[in-house]
Amino acid sequence: MSKLNLTVNGKRFELDVPQSRYLARVLREDLGLTGTKVGCNEAECGICTVLVDGTPVNSCVYPAFKAQGARVETIEGLSADGLLHPLQQAFQDHGAVQCGICTPGLIMTSKALLDEKAAAGETVSADDVKAALKDTSCRCTGYQSVIRAVLQASGQESKPYIPETRAPEQEIGKAQPNPDALAKLTGRARFTDDYQFPGMLHARTLRAGIPHGRIRYIDTSAALELPGVQAVLTHEDVPGRKRHGLVVVDWPVLCSGKVRYAGDAVAIVAADSKEIAAEALDLIQVGYEELPAVSSAVDALKPGAPLVHEDWPDGNLLKHIKVAKGDIEEGFSAADVVVDRTYRTPTVEHLFLEPECSIAVPAGYDPAVFDGHHDHRAQRGETAVHDKATVYVGSQIPYADRDQVAAALGVEPEAVRIVATLMGGGFGGKEDIAGQIHAALLAEVTGRPVKMLYSRQESLLFHPKRHATVIRIRTGATRDGKLTAVQSTIYGDGGAYASLSEKVLTRATTHASGPYDVPHVKVDCLAAYTNNAPCGAFRGFGVSQSCFAVESNMDILAGKLGMDPVELRRKNTLDVGSVTCTGQLMRESVGLNECIDRVNADMRSDDFRWTWEEGGSRFAWGLAVGYKNTGLGGGAPDQATAEVGLWLDDEDKPRAEVRISSAELGQGLPAVLAACAAEELGLPRSRVSVLLGDTDYCPDGGPTTASRQTYVSGNAARLAARRLRLRLMAACNQCDGLADSIASAARNGISTTAQYEYHAPQTQPLGTGGDMHFAFGFCAQAVLCEIEMDSGAVHVRKVIAAHDVGRAINPLTLEGQVEGGIVMCIGYALSEHYIQEQGQPWTTVMARYSAPRIEHAPEIVSHIVEHETSEGPYGAKGVGELPSIPTSAAITNAIQRATGVRVRSLPVDQDQLLLAMKAGLDQVELGWGDSSPIPFVTFEGES
Amino acid sequence: MEHWKHYHAPASVEEAVALLDRYSGVARVMGGGTDLLLDISQGRCPAPEAMVDPTRIEGLTGITRADGYIVIGCGATHTMITQNEDIVRHGSCLAESCGVIGGPQVRNVATLAGNIAHAMPAGDGTIGLLALDGEVETADNTGRCWTPLADVFLGPGLSAIDPYCTLLTRLRFKPTGPLCGSAFYRVMRPQGVALPMISMAACLQLDGQHDIVAARISIGPAGPIPHLAIKAMEFLVSGPATSERFEEATEVALGKLTLRDSKYRASREYREEMVRTHLPRVLARATQRAVDGNGERAQ
Repeated sequence: MSKLNLTVNGKRFELDVPQSRYLARVLREDLGLTGTKVGCNEAECGICTVLVDGTPVNSCVYPAFKAQGARVETIEGLSADGLLHPLQQAFQDHGAVQCGICTPGLIMTSKALLDEKAAAGETVSADDVKAALKDTSCRCTGYQSVIRAVLQASGQESKPYIPETRAPEQEIGKAQPNPDALAKLTGRARFTDDYQFPGMLHARTLRAGIPHGRIRYIDTSAALELPGVQAVLTHEDVPGRKRHGLVVVDWPVLCSGKVRYAGDAVAIVAADSKEIAAEALDLIQVGYEELPAVSSAVDALKPGAPLVHEDWPDGNLLKHIKVAKGDIEEGFSAADVVVDRTYRTPTVEHLFLEPECSIAVPAGYDPAVFDGHHDHRAQRGETAVHDKATVYVGSQIPYADRDQVAAALGVEPEAVRIVATLMGGGFGGKEDIAGQIHAALLAEVTGRPVKMLYSRQESLLFHPKRHATVIRIRTGATRDGKLTAVQSTIYGDGGAYASLSEKVLTRATTHASGPYDVPHVKVDCLAAYTNNAPCGAFRGFGVSQSCFAVESNMDILAGKLGMDPVELRRKNTLDVGSVTCTGQLMRESVGLNECIDRVNADMRSDDFRWTWEEGGSRFAWGLAVGYKNTGLGGGAPDQATAEVGLWLDDEDKPRAEVRISSAELGQGLPAVLAACAAEELGLPRSRVSVLLGDTDYCPDGGPTTASRQTYVSGNAARLAARRLRLRLMAACNQCDGLADSIASAARNGISTTAQYEYHAPQTQPLGTGGDMHFAFGFCAQAVLCEIEMDSGAVHVRKVIAAHDVGRAINPLTLEGQVEGGIVMCIGYALSEHYIQEQGQPWTTVMARYSAPRIEHAPEIVSHIVEHETSEGPYGAKGVGELPSIPTSAAITNAIQRATGVRVRSLPVDQDQLLLAMKAGLDQVELGWGDSSPIPFVTFEGES
Repeated sequence: MEHWKHYHAPASVEEAVALLDRYSGVARVMGGGTDLLLDISQGRCPAPEAMVDPTRIEGLTGITRADGYIVIGCGATHTMITQNEDIVRHGSCLAESCGVIGGPQVRNVATLAGNIAHAMPAGDGTIGLLALDGEVETADNTGRCWTPLADVFLGPGLSAIDPYCTLLTRLRFKPTGPLCGSAFYRVMRPQGVALPMISMAACLQLDGQHDIVAARISIGPAGPIPHLAIKAMEFLVSGPATSERFEEATEVALGKLTLRDSKYRASREYREEMVRTHLPRVLARATQRAVDGNGERAQ
């Protein structure tokens, strides 16, 4: 074996490693430089970028020996003597760090650009940044902050984009970077795969590979005999509950009897190395009797369709969700104009850049038994005491993970600890169980730590996605533009398991008449089981789908009425005093009109035209509005408990910590929680730290979903801090300041830790009238599109957006949500499609899934509207999902205006758009699957 | 599974060939590996026992002029080709085609020799070099020889160069001289596979009256191998370089093209439309460059 000589970050290494290693692995595992991340292993995402002799390369597919003798630079080598590199500083200043998984790749790629330009004595332009970062992905930021940050780092005047908001309080309302940004910028931040435990085994999962089949036999004997294999488990080895699920417990931990989608788990293996585990999978024999697959919601509900779950009482109907208000017959008879169309939205993949990873450590694990070396950087983790079964995982719902792991192990929830590690993006895709239970089972059986890391390709195959829908919607209005009725039928493809389908599609249903005051509404949604990948939570949570249909119909209606589309919307908006389609009276905090007015005024400033030609392109504006509930709603208890502790540091200055099991997936929650606690305690935010997601140390903050954390956990942190401050004040009314009262409390045995269990206002179940939700966010977005008339290619050039968020707690991280959400929805409109055919995924690799790259990121002008909600922390409501809702309809509305072609299905296909333009068609649908119209659902007793 | 066991970076062609011989069929040549390593990890190609990486062989790492040719060593990356002034001026369509492949990280590693050896019908660099009537030099235990690039392709991903026993050492083409120019264009699709829907390149030699005396047009993917539009080339020769004739030549080319209908990439009609729109423009740009005297790349 020859030696590998590398100079890494200025330090020389002579390494004795196998010649088969890739550079990323040598850096991460042999040198412990885990700042370099691996996102895809197919040279697509670029987050693994390091510099070899100054040149950016994808280290995950770069043979280490190719770098023999070379100089390698990684993120860890960037800051020197405690001083941040200008790029690191600029990324922090601009809020260009969200989840942080892509940050090292973005920074290293940018560094090569800055070095090259500096050597040539040239100035860096935004186009240079776009060219350099062409294939370095970021799923969170929407790229604009990245471009601005790189320009700043190159020494140019480039200010962070911070939207105008209300004057700040002491901490609330101030633009501040997320407290974890620094660790993410320097490579110190550790995601699950960055943890190593002495004696740790590596696990893999055998997946069905076929969409539907009966299992005839499973033979693991050959795999068990392979040297290095420590355990092979099947359904028989699950000691406790055999299924999991957040709403319906229907998802087998390991399949028995049947497999229902290609990603179904059939067996799991733990072995001494990843390679052995992979080899063992090939040795497991599974005999299937293949069954016909159900591949769409419409097909699933046809008579005689194969059943996905034979034991489900309603066949393939997972849920029929109904919304009714008034009398639609009356509503349509009052209408002068009716628009009736069918729309289709695709299955979409979250593409968080960190594939799922869980590490389970068995109870009583003692690292000293294994003579591996300790990693002394560990704060929590390798050196921690493991007195109970522990799972390290980046998850959106740590307490649900705990309960579901415990149920499968057959133990009490308190016997399991979940340690939430940093999460490299989630967007709803890390709510369901991934490898948590499997890793825990294998750790129990082997008595050793077990890492279950999914490859990008396995992640694509396995995890729940955004629901594909078919939506027929009929909108009626009077001649003067007042909406009279909306009727809709929605088919939602729930995939093989329930996941959050019922909740997601309820949201699609309750938002299916748009943020409008409509007197007569009837919506039926049929959620179906199919043999496709399960569908669950995804930013926008069903509303992204129905909004596309609602807002497309609104523009068609405006056209038929000969009315300005802004005016039509403005005439029908929800406002204080309106009643929603579920019967909820809006009592406060409805900023929709202001959102529309601000976007409209901005759009119509200087030389406004709806559409024009320039070169070989047509340009047009399109507009859409949206709304989204904050919080779980529908009668579900919505609570969070936070703990706040105060102490005096070495200099006798007060410090506080907020502890709560809420998840940070890049959205900036620690900054919000720290600001809330700091405001109440009268401390600068820099003196408040946040510990998230350790079920043994942090009370339950509930799921990170439904744009709820700022409101619910924010309130919990705020009120826990207030309770603590009041307690300390009451205990010592002559104390002078916080430091004094902490010292006094400590002397008098008064606790300097307080908890607060916050319950959000009670909501009502759908169908009972009343308040289904305690708050709604509202938004309007205008989009300027360019359509190349000779190719049909669509480019989004500019977005003007206004979001009513109640109150901006942190305008910097808020803007990150706005920009990232909009760009994600641009992907939904123009490029993203997780393709499955007859239940068999075609999108098996990242190269077959196209999420927006830096070249697709438009200029974004962001207005923040602040109609406070009385119960929200300082008036705030949620924003996480809102920006990702109306963009797609705004884009297709612009396309229609530019080309005359109404695109009724997503994503827009330039191929078919061009052919439709050439053929003079006025509408087009993408040619995937069935494009026949669907009937409205009617039931017995209904006309 | 390991994707290879042994990694060799020989210093000479002789050493490389000897290694391939020694492993007799279980070692293969790998340039940048950007295609090959994905093929192995995604199961499209078996993992070899050993990799022979020729990118450090002395004399084959860069781009030179020799015997009236521009010669590209097998270690030359797409980035090197894109930034090479000689190629930008005298092989514009190759510089352009190499500049659109992947992102910078891939272009910094991927070699043109590897791209050619991979023989994909849509390989952009291949399309560019084909329009320049490029040649390929191979080496094996019988010696070294030059072959026209067009003779290398046997089918999709299938090349006459056996990577288990033959090394692609160099590529070369005649630099475009006075009154000669070339251009390249490709159309990408936003969703689905990160591969071009259609790429095309052209090289035109004019005479003093600006009539066309020689023409080469390459298009891909259009059939199992990169396509040379022979009939359109013949049509163009001995006539003026006008937009009308470019449109006619495009129709001639379309008459001979077998464009695939693929819902993952593009419909046949769409590809046809793209050739109809863009090939005349590519020909016009090549003409412009010929007239401008191999000047800077025209916009």
